[in-house]
Amino acid sequence: MKRAADRAERVGPPLAPAKGGKGEPMTWSHRNLLGLEELSAEEITLILDTAKAFEDVSTRSVKKVPALRGRVVVNLFFEDSTRTRTSFTLAAQRLSADVIEFAAGTSSINKGESFWDTARNIEAMGVDIIVCRHSVAGASSLVARNVRCSVINAGDGCHEHPTQGLLDIYTIRKAKGRLEGLKVAIVGDVANSRVARSNLHGLLKLGVEVTFVGPTTLVPAAFTELGARVCHDFDSEIGQFDVINMLRVQRERVSSNVFPSLREYSRLFGLTDERMQRARPDVLVMHPGPINRGVEMSGAVADGRKSAILQQVTNGLAVRMAVMFLCKQAADAG
Amino acid sequence: MNIGDLIIRGGRVIDPSQGIDGVADLVIRGGRIAEVNKPSGGGTSSAALDASAPGAETINAEGCIVCPGLIDMHVHLREPGNEDEETIRSGCAAAVAGGFTSIACMPNTDPPIDNEAMVEFVYRQAARADLCNVYPIGAVTRGRAGKELAEMGQMVRAGAVAFSDDGCGVASSSVMYRAMQYVGMFGKPIIQHCEDPDLAGSGCMNAGTTATRLGLPGIPAIAEEVMIQRDLLIARNTGAVYHVAHVSTAGAVQLIREAKARGIAVTTEVCPHHLLLTERSVEHYDTNYKMNPPLRTQPDVDACLEGVADGTIDCLVTDHAPHGADEKAIDFQSAPSGIIGLEFALPLFARALIAPGLVDWPVLISRMTAAPARILGLDKGTLRAGADADVTIFDPQMTWVVDLTTLRSRSANCPYDGWALQGRVTHTVVAGVVKFTFA
Repeated sequence: MKRAADRAERVGPPLAPAKGGKGEPMTWSHRNLLGLEELSAEEITLILDTAKAFEDVSTRSVKKVPALRGRVVVNLFFEDSTRTRTSFTLAAQRLSADVIEFAAGTSSINKGESFWDTARNIEAMGVDIIVCRHSVAGASSLVARNVRCSVINAGDGCHEHPTQGLLDIYTIRKAKGRLEGLKVAIVGDVANSRVARSNLHGLLKLGVEVTFVGPTTLVPAAFTELGARVCHDFDSEIGQFDVINMLRVQRERVSSNVFPSLREYSRLFGLTDERMQRARPDVLVMHPGPINRGVEMSGAVADGRKSAILQQVTNGLAVRMAVMFLCKQAADAG
Repeated sequence: MNIGDLIIRGGRVIDPSQGIDGVADLVIRGGRIAEVNKPSGGGTSSAALDASAPGAETINAEGCIVCPGLIDMHVHLREPGNEDEETIRSGCAAAVAGGFTSIACMPNTDPPIDNEAMVEFVYRQAARADLCNVYPIGAVTRGRAGKELAEMGQMVRAGAVAFSDDGCGVASSSVMYRAMQYVGMFGKPIIQHCEDPDLAGSGCMNAGTTATRLGLPGIPAIAEEVMIQRDLLIARNTGAVYHVAHVSTAGAVQLIREAKARGIAVTTEVCPHHLLLTERSVEHYDTNYKMNPPLRTQPDVDACLEGVADGTIDCLVTDHAPHGADEKAIDFQSAPSGIIGLEFALPLFARALIAPGLVDWPVLISRMTAAPARILGLDKGTLRAGADADVTIFDPQMTWVVDLTTLRSRSANCPYDGWALQGRVTHTVVAGVVKFTFA
């Protein structure tokens, strides 16, 4: 729905338009963001550029722009999250939207019916954007098929977490000044990681070499079919990476025998102070959080000057603002 | 300690790793092989040898075979936990008496070898014994319980050469799958005691005619074969290196033969008792004939012999399993399985394989030297220049009678008492030092 007020006011800082295929200004035409796999390199770049423009908002004394004023954003979270939920909430508020926190019970989406009812009921209240997180892969797509408002995937099982992928890529681009030709390592429980998958799709499209590092049980060779390199000996390759993105290792995984103990995992793949000596001096260390200090990385590395973990969180706000802005704009146009 | 020169003179030097088989002198300097010197074909003459090393120790090996030190990759040392049955030291003494310069020991001790500290302990004790090399095999699962992976990465760093839950097999398919995936990172073999526990049940000997007659519960051959079949599929899927411990049935040998033909990375070993004895030995409920896998039938024995001859079976081992006399002196069903074997391995294998002309000495020696070295990734089993001077000298003609009162092992559980054997180890040299001499 277009409103005169929106057209008249500045909806945000002037955007530097990204170029489309034939030198035309790139426009964003998707009302949803469900994953990075289906996006083009230009579309991803557009989101990053838009996020850059929104980054400045956070430095103002009044950290708000009216881009989504009067709009309603619902956090439809069926999986625990304080970090992502808070980030989306704050991003929506900075865009002046009204935010509803849907306190999902333990109702099972597997039955399908109740979930679709839930989403449709919420849409019926007049919602513009549903931010959806669920433990089942494909959940956000299921919602998107059944509502007419925008759907943003905040994590669907092990499938994708596109805004995390985008903020990771944004962080890398900002720190290194470029993306093409960089070597990025993603280390840990890749098999069960939506963050790894989103990062992979996004980074590959932008010309980055992605290596998944971890035990054979968590980094199966099948990932090479998706374009990743695979490495099981961290020490032998650590010296070549520009960026090392560490994933959280879940304690519960030990009982499924993907590795014998956290201690052994950390000895072989943890980013210890010793291992950092062998990394590039200008290496960027990242982690989507929350961190198991002493398992994926030592506390010193997490807090050290090569760590971009807090910048990731900050950048996440700008990226989520950009995504909500672009999706709303596309929904209005479409 | 300054290791002096050692010259082994006039023996028939057989080194399958270099294709050597002929009368020659073997020259050892500083704990390493210097040269294999054929008196007739170039090289240093005997007189020149004497002149160049005036203080050298000499061993007259005329009439004997001189070969790379024998390697037994399946031995049970009962330390820690059951030192009255065997210690690392006594096991090593038995090993060098049998001509072995290197042994690999299984982790079913008490506590088991399922972490790096235990691996270090074995190395430490072996160093104290200062007899032969000992290479620990780590457990696949924590406590050998078959449920959670043991810290194999740390054990590799501490020097474990392979992994096994021997004593039993890894029964769960998912655990074996994960183990094979995980161990693939380190390139070490998984050695499986192939015995499906559900099929084996309470069996205590081969399921067959004798068991039926004696009224004893039996372990069917398929208990071994089902597990091999399953493991081969998992190994092919994961690319793991897989070794079947103590193969015993014709069906098992055939499975392995076919798998090798299909390019699956599988190796296997066989014990002397599965080449010489059948279930019919269990006539009088004598627990000296109780082992696991059990003694099988004559066709099984024949298939194993054929397997050694055609290379399907890669190497020869003893599965030396000491048990105290009291432990073995109970009813057949309850008694522990296993017999010792280090001190008579070579003549027993000769009886089974050489005497009937199934293999010649170079092949037999290869199955006890180059093959186990290759499987475990050891730089052993060879007499090439620069190699560690691990050498075995034995007299293939000497006959002797087994006397269990003169053993170096702390246990005497075996059926070989009073057996007349042909072939005796005369000297065992480890790193250039003579560790055993037959007096």
